[in-house]
Amino acid sequence: MTKQSGRTWLKRAPLLAAPFFFAASAAAVPELSAGRRAELVHLVRQDCGSCHGMTLQGGLGPALTPEALRDKPAESLVATVVGGRPGTPMPPWRQFVSEAEAGWIVQELQAGFPP
Amino acid sequence: MRALLILLASTLLTACAGPQLRGTGDLGLVVERASGRVTLVDTTHRQPYGRIEGLGDLSHASAVYSRDGRYAFVFGRDGGLSKVDLLEGRLVKRILQSGNAIGGAISQDGRIVVAQNYSPGGIKAFDADTLELLSEVPAEYAPGKFSKVVGLADVPGNRFAYALFDGGEIWVSDFSDPRHPATRRYPAGRQPYDGLVTPDGRHYLAGLFGEDGIAMLDLWQPEKGARKILENYGRGEEKLPVFKMPHLRGWSVAQGKAYLPAVGRHEVLVVDTATWREVGRIPVRGQPVFVMARPDGRQVWVNFAFPDNGRIDVIDTLAQEVVHAFDPGKGILHMEFTPRGEQVWLSARDDNKVLIYRTDPLERLGEIPAEAPSGILFASRAHRIGF
Repeated sequence: MTKQSGRTWLKRAPLLAAPFFFAASAAAVPELSAGRRAELVHLVRQDCGSCHGMTLQGGLGPALTPEALRDKPAESLVATVVGGRPGTPMPPWRQFVSEAEAGWIVQELQAGFPP
Repeated sequence: MRALLILLASTLLTACAGPQLRGTGDLGLVVERASGRVTLVDTTHRQPYGRIEGLGDLSHASAVYSRDGRYAFVFGRDGGLSKVDLLEGRLVKRILQSGNAIGGAISQDGRIVVAQNYSPGGIKAFDADTLELLSEVPAEYAPGKFSKVVGLADVPGNRFAYALFDGGEIWVSDFSDPRHPATRRYPAGRQPYDGLVTPDGRHYLAGLFGEDGIAMLDLWQPEKGARKILENYGRGEEKLPVFKMPHLRGWSVAQGKAYLPAVGRHEVLVVDTATWREVGRIPVRGQPVFVMARPDGRQVWVNFAFPDNGRIDVIDTLAQEVVHAFDPGKGILHMEFTPRGEQVWLSARDDNKVLIYRTDPLERLGEIPAEAPSGILFASRAHRIGF
């Protein structure tokens, strides 16, 4: 992950995420199946949990609880999930989650992540 | 008759009724990370013999052992410190010592248990008998700035070495007077992510995430300061993303060489421990997490970060190459050798199993059920420096 491509993503991500968030605020994401949602919950709890803690209270990475994320814009969180954060250990997850899936993860994290 | 005696012995152990004549040299525990539970295991009979519940959040939990091998001190992510009796199969005492912890260590004389904490960043020392707080060393690397602590290791002289992720330093705290520790600081490099002490207790290595290389402190001559080894092993090439931090825990020194995970490269780095120069690289099938030598040093076993965490590569240290590459299960998080290395136990988190292999010739011997197992820690760790 070079700094350059990180910046590119930060610029692009809000544009890509914005239409989805209009949809998300109206209703739950229609295109995610229950099976896929279960996979994403497992991914977040187990694999994001390596750094952020299985209970998402934080570890080497920051806490991902609703309180910790309250003041963070969803668009930038989606960009972080998908593109990573250069200069920190946060890697880009785009080969494993789509923009829309990252949007669902962020929405659930901000609301209180399912067990 | 022999079978009957074994049955009787294991029944007694399970029932934890009164004192039994039994050593702990072949016992251990398996952390069930999602259930706040440890399963007690017997490596001679390859069977679980007890379960202890109520240990809190055990994601990233680890344990160290009392010097008599009877008690395990389990460090939970939620700051819980639990003292477990392997013989009676029960929880002796549990305290909540911080908000967010990452592991711990026990002193050379066995009297002090030290926990390393992310929040509040620093280390805390406890009496191994009572778990009474003795002292603490806040990781305040600059006025008002506290660092997460990683890579805590016991080193000879009742000292503990550890690294500051945010502070970029190695600290060595001397607990000769357990209530008044004395700490020395050594600049290390950007973002140390974990550390280890060599099996002889002489060298402390801190792996760096923020730059290529490893910081090394010679504990016999600490006045010389930490120096960097394996500098620029990536030679400016673009790093691969790291989906799980490598660990340096475990005995990865074998046959005069240290085997270390590269960061952001699918390679194991080989370093000569006489000169501390790189002498080789071994390509492997993912980002290494644990690189652990069998106790005799002939084999080095490697597991991997997501998404390659179903794989195991086994390096033959004579041939200096991978001789077994296999996919034993889903979510292989940890491995532990029996004291003399004839078996290795692997935790398969997403299969809810612990898998047991003979190491030579490689053969699956069996499995035991466990809910989302992570750390496997045998009591033989009681007698090793750095475990």
